[in-house]
Amino acid sequence: MDDVKTPSREERKSALSGLGTSRKRVEDARFTQGKGNYVDDIKLKGMLFGDFVRSPVAHARLKNIDTSAALALPGVHAVLTAADLEPLGLHWMPTLAGDKQMVLADGKVLFQGQEVAFVVGDDRYAVADGVSLVEVEYEELPVVTDPFKAELKDAPILREDIADQKEGAHGARRHPNHIFTWEAGEKEQTNKVLEEAEVVADEMVYYHRTHPCPLETCGCVASMDKVNGKLTVWGTFQAPHAVRTVASLISSIPEHNIRIISPDIGGGFGNKVGVYPGYVCSIVASIVTGVPIKWVEDRMDNLMATAFARDYWMHGKISATKEGKITGLWCHTTADHGAFDACADPTKFPAGFMNICTGSYDIPVAYLAVDGVYTNKAPGGVAYRCSFRVTEASYFIERMIEVLAQKLGMDSAELRSKNFIKKEQFPYTSALGWEYDSGDYHQAWEKAMKSVNYKQLREDQAKQLQSFKDGKSRKLMGIGLSHFTEIVGAGPVKNCDILGLGMFDACEIRIHPTGSAIARLGTISQGQGHATTFAQILASEIGIPASDITLEEGDTDTAPYGLGTYGSRSTPVAGAATAMAGRKIRAKAQMIAAYLLEVHDDDLEWDVDRFSVKGAPEKFKTMKEIAFASYNQAIPGVEPGLEAVSYYDPPNMTYPNGAYVVVMEIDVDTGVSDIKQVYALDDCGTRINPMIIEGQVHGGLTEALAISMGQEIAYDEQGNVMTGTLMDFFIPTAWETPNYETDYTETPSPHHPIGAKGVGESPNVGGVSAFSNAVHDAFKPFGLTQAHMPHDHWRVWKIAKDLGLHS
Amino acid sequence: MIPSAFTFYKPENIEKAVSLMVDFGDEARVIAGGHSLIPVMKQRLTDIKHLIDLSGINEIKGIEITDNRISIGAMTTQVELINNEELFKKAPIIREASLQIADPQVRNLGTIGGNVANGDPANDMPGLMQLLDATYKLSGSKGVRDVKAREFYEGAYFTVREDDEILISISFEAPSGGYAYEKQKRKIGDYATAAAGVILKVENNMCSSASIALTNLSDTPVYCNKAVDIILGKEIDNNILTQVTEACVEQSDPVADQRGPVEFKKYVAGIVIKKALTRAIERT
Repeated sequence: MDDVKTPSREERKSALSGLGTSRKRVEDARFTQGKGNYVDDIKLKGMLFGDFVRSPVAHARLKNIDTSAALALPGVHAVLTAADLEPLGLHWMPTLAGDKQMVLADGKVLFQGQEVAFVVGDDRYAVADGVSLVEVEYEELPVVTDPFKAELKDAPILREDIADQKEGAHGARRHPNHIFTWEAGEKEQTNKVLEEAEVVADEMVYYHRTHPCPLETCGCVASMDKVNGKLTVWGTFQAPHAVRTVASLISSIPEHNIRIISPDIGGGFGNKVGVYPGYVCSIVASIVTGVPIKWVEDRMDNLMATAFARDYWMHGKISATKEGKITGLWCHTTADHGAFDACADPTKFPAGFMNICTGSYDIPVAYLAVDGVYTNKAPGGVAYRCSFRVTEASYFIERMIEVLAQKLGMDSAELRSKNFIKKEQFPYTSALGWEYDSGDYHQAWEKAMKSVNYKQLREDQAKQLQSFKDGKSRKLMGIGLSHFTEIVGAGPVKNCDILGLGMFDACEIRIHPTGSAIARLGTISQGQGHATTFAQILASEIGIPASDITLEEGDTDTAPYGLGTYGSRSTPVAGAATAMAGRKIRAKAQMIAAYLLEVHDDDLEWDVDRFSVKGAPEKFKTMKEIAFASYNQAIPGVEPGLEAVSYYDPPNMTYPNGAYVVVMEIDVDTGVSDIKQVYALDDCGTRINPMIIEGQVHGGLTEALAISMGQEIAYDEQGNVMTGTLMDFFIPTAWETPNYETDYTETPSPHHPIGAKGVGESPNVGGVSAFSNAVHDAFKPFGLTQAHMPHDHWRVWKIAKDLGLHS
Repeated sequence: MIPSAFTFYKPENIEKAVSLMVDFGDEARVIAGGHSLIPVMKQRLTDIKHLIDLSGINEIKGIEITDNRISIGAMTTQVELINNEELFKKAPIIREASLQIADPQVRNLGTIGGNVANGDPANDMPGLMQLLDATYKLSGSKGVRDVKAREFYEGAYFTVREDDEILISISFEAPSGGYAYEKQKRKIGDYATAAAGVILKVENNMCSSASIALTNLSDTPVYCNKAVDIILGKEIDNNILTQVTEACVEQSDPVADQRGPVEFKKYVAGIVIKKALTRAIERT
């Protein structure tokens, strides 16, 4: 025994694989072997399938639906229409944004791909044949796809159901196609500052319509057990508890009789936050038929009908002194919400956190107004790999900075540096009302500029420009800069709720007698690696190796209530709950250890994986010993067992930030851009798992590349979706994906128990601006101020053409 | 995305396949690699009652090279075209163009026969075969006949093939001279925004033979006879290349789609043609 060396503190720490460890993802063993369990893998006895008849047109009155031929087809069991749902009050459903949405077309259709009827049959084949046999008679109506035309006096009225309502969920409506006006900041003061300013830049910045397009599309299996009255729904839900509560409220099935299970989810990116007609129809069909119903949409359904992202027309004015000190910011946004307002935002924020649009800058006064309008497009407006409307806000300010720099004749890196909120100003209250918790923007910016050798890049660019002007080259070089500040981790219950459900989150921990543990959370991983990282948080908090901790999420019958995973809220909210629950475990463990060591609680100190007696470290009890004792010792005044639950209401949001640089070479004749360098510095506070952070940054940058350089949901004037397949909807492959350099600074959040801020969405927020700014930067010498995304070949070619660069 | 019901046949020889085509007329379609057909079936854009799989017919697979004559069975996959060293020696442009088709997974199943016979103007092989002045061999109820690739295409998805005919092989003379196949596309797996193939020979600084063809720039592949007439016998200089390029673009007739408007496509056509010409000349 004497030969056995007592492990050092560092060795014991390392054995935990806690915070800061690049622990390998525990999920990957099953995913890489095809052993994941997704919705479509769920097969229940007697299960039938459902699918939709969808509208081929964007706006039409429904004259007739004839289901007889479909019903006559062997293998087809039922065809649901709005008329069948109406007696249940389920032909419409509430949206997360306070609007309502047709579950199945009720009298009219409002967008191409809208759900008209739900066919239920033996298998996908019978259902597909049934769908093709449902005869629907449409009387086409004039179509509105342009949000600026939606509010014209003679515009066709889209939502006849609320045409006369002057008040919406978010205040006054000024036109039947108008949804809301939402304002923040000081209107008059901002106007005054702009009027008196030395320099004002004025620009319309459009962030086009795109789609999260997760690898796995949306779907569910609904199973109503008529014997015990219990409804179980397996589905692609980013917020299973919220789905349970909403399902109970709209179906009047008692909440304890509803069990929502999110199994493995193949990416969400905001697409799987909302409630879709497919879920409602599957539940109703299961109640009607008495057997489980599976509905899984195909790729075209997903792109055409489930939640889109962005479609924000942001008109901005930014003012500054001649020396480049920003004095004010004004923004008016026209938000195209499609046919129903089905944004997934905290209820009090119909334009999400668009009021983070002052970005990383110390702007004394600002004003923001957002007008939401209806058009004949699919509903949505979800936060595609970002917190609510934060990518929009960040893109807006990062374009405005560039436009202002152009007007000032100043380098935009210098303009940014001149206006960053200073380290000593934190906590900083922005002109639009947010309290930024922490940051060191100058440190990050300087590190980024040094890492990419910014000065050299500008010299190279000048050489390339000269060569272009001399007729020696047809290529231009663009340097895209961005500095972003996100607002994530929704959020404090005082101002963040979804349909009245406060946006706290929860963690419950049970320590087993032998010293391993299970933890359950109110969030749900869709690829983020929660089972890996949350175990690391716990490992550091309670001294049990991460590999001895099972993580479970997604089953509302077992997991504590939480609002799910989106908007980078898992680490800031559920991660905090995890740490806090761990601390409760440790507090109880301390009492048990004190009893076992026959000392007072206060005589003990925590030492990685044990409590030891202060000044006598050889006297200790490990967590493993304490766990066993909690099950077999009768300790006066202490309940047996070692469990804890924590519901965490965050005191503030977190504010991850970063500095990104993209360098590209653009061929002015073909419009082809060649990305030469992508540098991404992130400050997400305390870094839980550097390898997962790097993976998140790579993934987010790739989506940013897609969005800025080609990905869009395009409609023609008749409201036809022009990008309904992956042929035209751009998803980068390894071939199109450039190399990424990642970097970091670490400024812990002062209010988060472990200082973490969240990172999953940062690269998308920072990346889109950086890619787009690089394109703009290449053409800046020729006077380009704004060209809308996506910057695909023909649009880049058009920039060059319009600037007269084609001889 | 589920196709409507169909009956599946897998004949072992071409006679059986033809007799099925005769029996079912326009309700039948043959399937080779399926990359064009299966998506339209799944979207129910076409209703095929009888699907005849040609993958069991060994006689229409493989590459035969006799002296300078190359014959390729219709069911030869693109990956086989790429990997065949003999073919590469005789006609390296086949590998160059094939490598620009879709992605490796598609090329593992996609066939030359399916690519040329479908009549999709976006496919790369039809233009390439016009470039090589290839001959298609068709087998039908009235026997076997040869059709020149340059005379095969009538419009998008319309060819001179009769309903009961099956393309069985493609043959051409090994080309000589410099060559290039240039394609601009949005991403891997995409069809061409514009693509051009060039084969030409330069002797004593004069162009002694030339062939130029375009992909996805009209409702059929475009063989640029006018441009060929301009360059033949001429001294190669920048001026002539510009004239040739303009003549090619003149013969193109692209349609607007998500890749861009007509004006852009014609401009890019000019760029890829010029690149192909330049590279082909460099290789002479």
